[in-house]
Amino acid sequence: MIKLNFNKKLEGADGDIDLNISETVDKKSFLAIFGESGSGKSTILNIIAGVSKPDYGEIIVDDQIWFSSEKMINLPPQKRDIGYLFQDYALFPNMSVEENLFYALGKGDKREVENILKITDLINLRYKKPDNLSGGQKQRVALARAIVRKPKILLLDEPLSALDLEMRQKLQNELILIHQKFGITTILVSHDISEIYKLATNIFQISKGKIVKKGTVSNFFGVSDSNNQMKFSGEIVEILKNSCLVLVGHDILKVSVKNIANIKVGDLIMISTKREFEICGF
Amino acid sequence: MLENQFLETMIVTFKLAGVTTFILLFIGVSLGYYLAFTENRIKPFFEAIISMPLVLPPSVLGFYLLMVFTPNSWFGNLLKESFDTQLVFSFEGLVVASIIFSLPFMVQPIQNGFSSLPKNMILASYTLGKGKLETLFKVMIPNIKASILTATVITFAHTIGEFGVVLMIGGNIEGETRVASIAIYDEVESLNYDLANQYALTLFIISFIILLTVYILNRRFLKGQF
Repeated sequence: MIKLNFNKKLEGADGDIDLNISETVDKKSFLAIFGESGSGKSTILNIIAGVSKPDYGEIIVDDQIWFSSEKMINLPPQKRDIGYLFQDYALFPNMSVEENLFYALGKGDKREVENILKITDLINLRYKKPDNLSGGQKQRVALARAIVRKPKILLLDEPLSALDLEMRQKLQNELILIHQKFGITTILVSHDISEIYKLATNIFQISKGKIVKKGTVSNFFGVSDSNNQMKFSGEIVEILKNSCLVLVGHDILKVSVKNIANIKVGDLIMISTKREFEICGF
Repeated sequence: MLENQFLETMIVTFKLAGVTTFILLFIGVSLGYYLAFTENRIKPFFEAIISMPLVLPPSVLGFYLLMVFTPNSWFGNLLKESFDTQLVFSFEGLVVASIIFSLPFMVQPIQNGFSSLPKNMILASYTLGKGKLETLFKVMIPNIKASILTATVITFAHTIGEFGVVLMIGGNIEGETRVASIAIYDEVESLNYDLANQYALTLFIISFIILLTVYILNRRFLKGQF
């Protein structure tokens, strides 16, 4: 269990915001933090990683204090037992794929590198340098490197946003597989709703430094009724007179809405229907 | 006799450049690292001091170093009394003066190299449990090899080409402080054009070869062939 309870003043483009978090994250869960840019999402990851320091509060992971302003404790990133996946991969260009993993592993069991290379399908690329890899391959190496030490928490900062759709889907499947296999508590920062829906078990929605909505994925999207035939998750992109336009994946759906006052642009919604559909062509 | 004198002067020249560069390499990596990552407010002050030799006439620096090193000064006296050395008109003095004079040529490329490293690369190493020293030697330095090579070679070449400071501090003592750049001046003064040309041509060719090597190696570094 991870207890997050901290405050930090952030300088934003539209003035200062107060990042104010008081939440717990269950062990082995896959939490997604969602929100507009500049809302403090990435700062939360940095604070957990020990790269950024809260003004006050505490962070407790499995009864171990990582940060406490009261007790004057602030473990450096080296002692926090985390894996961090950056958007720009942050691989070490001077080392080959397997050397990146060996460096991360340190004194651990060398067979672990072999194991992770197999799971992430990197055996054939093991002697290549990062500069000779594609974006998707680089992020797979970064993922392998982040999990080779079996960290307590895996932090993912928009890890797939620089990749094309096909590669993104492939890596999403890999993240699911790894989460199931190793059960590492994972925290993902993302603004891609379909990605969150696919990967996460729990969601925090954050706005201007505060968590405004949270829940399990099905709770969050407002639907847990299994009678529904079809479900789509999407984001409201425009509100019309008695309907709204919803972005679902890469398509726009027009949905009629009874009470237009309850929704606003940017809301995440779940659309469901009880009617059956037929596929009329490919 | 003339041949011996030429060789001796060239040896002093390269010994001075070699010793200066070797010592500066350690100073350059430490100072470059500090300046690239410090958030201390007096950083611009340090940077300005280190860059002074780039803009000052060498004679200004030479003059002040002479004032400090002379046995009549407090510092010079201390050295003489405690260690029985003197830095004026000695090889050791030339090394100290060259280190100060060539400092920006070593520090600046290394500092730029450290600054250009992606921040997340360093953070990634820290989050993998690696300390600052291990990160420095296994991640940061290997990835700024090109900057370190450039800094080393430019410093070496620049020290060979020094004139003003060397003349003020070292004088022109054969086999001790007489370096090639001074020898050229000296031989021209004595209308010894052939010998002056021998020195000049040697410096010209060596400097060219050194710089050519740097640019060829740098191209390979950028292509990732190392």
